[in-house]
Amino acid sequence: MEILVCVKRVPDTAENEIEVNKDGTDIERDDLVYSVNEWDNYAAEEAIQIRDNVGGTVTVLSVGGEDAEEVVRREMAMGADQGILLSDEAFTGSDGRGISEIIKAEVEKGKYDLILTGAQADDGAGQIGGMLAALLDWPYASLVNLIEIIDESKIKVGREIAGGNQEMSEIDLPCVLSIQTGINEPRYVGIRGIRKVASMEIPVHGTGDLSLSPDVIGKSGAKVKRLDYFVHDPGEGADILEGSIDEILDKLVEILKTKGGIK
Amino acid sequence: MAQTVFTYILHKDGKIDDTAFELISAAKKILPDAPVIAIAVGSGSELEAACNELSASYPEIWKIDDEALSYPNAEIIRGLLPRIIPQGSIVLVPHEHFGMDLSPGLSIKLDTSFLPDAVDFQGMEDGKLKAIREEYSGQVSTHVLCDIAQGSVITIRPGVFKADESKGESGTVVDKTADALKEGLPGQSRRFLEVVEAEVGDVDITKSEILISVGRGIEDEENLEMVNELAETMGGDVSCSRPIVDAKWMEKSRQVGTSGQTVKPKVYLALGISGSFQHMGGVKGAPYVIAVNKNPKAPIFQQADVGVVADILEFIPMLTDKVKEIKG
Repeated sequence: MEILVCVKRVPDTAENEIEVNKDGTDIERDDLVYSVNEWDNYAAEEAIQIRDNVGGTVTVLSVGGEDAEEVVRREMAMGADQGILLSDEAFTGSDGRGISEIIKAEVEKGKYDLILTGAQADDGAGQIGGMLAALLDWPYASLVNLIEIIDESKIKVGREIAGGNQEMSEIDLPCVLSIQTGINEPRYVGIRGIRKVASMEIPVHGTGDLSLSPDVIGKSGAKVKRLDYFVHDPGEGADILEGSIDEILDKLVEILKTKGGIK
Repeated sequence: MAQTVFTYILHKDGKIDDTAFELISAAKKILPDAPVIAIAVGSGSELEAACNELSASYPEIWKIDDEALSYPNAEIIRGLLPRIIPQGSIVLVPHEHFGMDLSPGLSIKLDTSFLPDAVDFQGMEDGKLKAIREEYSGQVSTHVLCDIAQGSVITIRPGVFKADESKGESGTVVDKTADALKEGLPGQSRRFLEVVEAEVGDVDITKSEILISVGRGIEDEENLEMVNELAETMGGDVSCSRPIVDAKWMEKSRQVGTSGQTVKPKVYLALGISGSFQHMGGVKGAPYVIAVNKNPKAPIFQQADVGVVADILEFIPMLTDKVKEIKG
């Protein structure tokens, strides 16, 4: 099975507190630790496991600047067979549709049976997989937390729906799936693994390599544009307990007693 | 601008979801003068009951009624809607598991802009819709401009717009089934099989009065022991947020959130939980919420009644001792 996994390099929210910069044009990027988007990492692990079971190739793709190469390489260290970086000045400022058009152009150069994306990334939009599928006219399922290969033409997928329930469907290949966290346990990638793939070449494709209409990509093609970042005024918010640790504990236990928090 | 706003109605067992009323408020905020039409897809008597209920709140309801639609399969519905929705319309869909499945691709099929997970609208600016979204699990917000001139598909975060409960309408139900199904049933490449119900765990946290809920801040599986001890001391049960289940440290049945359990405790103690909307969406019944988190900017502090800025790994054992002390 030929599998393509789309990954994004994002600030690691487990490692950083995200803050807005002085003039609100961006988040504060100094000293940020970046990593592969958590959902995408589950997608890559799933692709590698499928390949190990049924054979085939896993290709990892990222749209971004030169820095994005590091997350592609990381997923290759994890076990992906090859990587592609889609990078071009003209891509800057693309909205979700633009990014999906860029990926679609690359997909059409290859021959894939299955495309996996993360269910969402840092901006919480969860849009690339669904848009890509619609552009390709392939079936799509989001929030996938189970994949079973039935045969060469179809698979069974589980979607995570409300209340911890799981919606099971059969879906024809080729298709696009967005992967939910928890579908598997992504393997650890050590420094040695990264070193092993350090010399592997990752081709970079830009507008010249892909047949792309300029009116859907980049800033000029974007119908949705971010104006600024700001911190939402929490309004009332929580009453933050202050004082020494003993004072805080005393107050908290008192609150617990009155509110029925201690039986 | 003669644009119509369509709202996609979620319904189950003949009952319509709260978001049906929230989308009315969202629509009024986007285009105050535009007509708002509900779209309800389903089959038989359940759909009829949903449409009846809708007619008190919407002046017009478009329904698509077919046996093949008794379970909402987004792949089919994504193929049907463009056959009935006029070009240039605004389509509002709740941002939950079905809406996330349907909407990005629907915007492509309708050839409109797509605005995901909007939490507020601030009118028009330079001819474009100004909206508020959140990024980084709610740690920062953004203003975005969305070009809606050629139509738009917008997903609306559940629970943030006030439900329009005026129920002053006596709406008409328009049957769009023939138009929608004229060219046959689309989306056959994805076939719904069944819903597998969540496993019931050893403890039913939906019935707990005191919940000690733990998140990513616990850092290590071994540290769960101190949470168990605190819960035992307080006389409550342990629940958790999604990363703990993803790491397989606790059962799915203990997860609070829109994709987990909906809980209604009296007291909810959130330990090392950032407080994403997906997590807090599972906390109902207005409990007293206490948050302990080392990040003073964690979104959980916006929703908690009382907060403590502390590292839970240090704080939990101290709190356990204190509770033991007063219980004697």
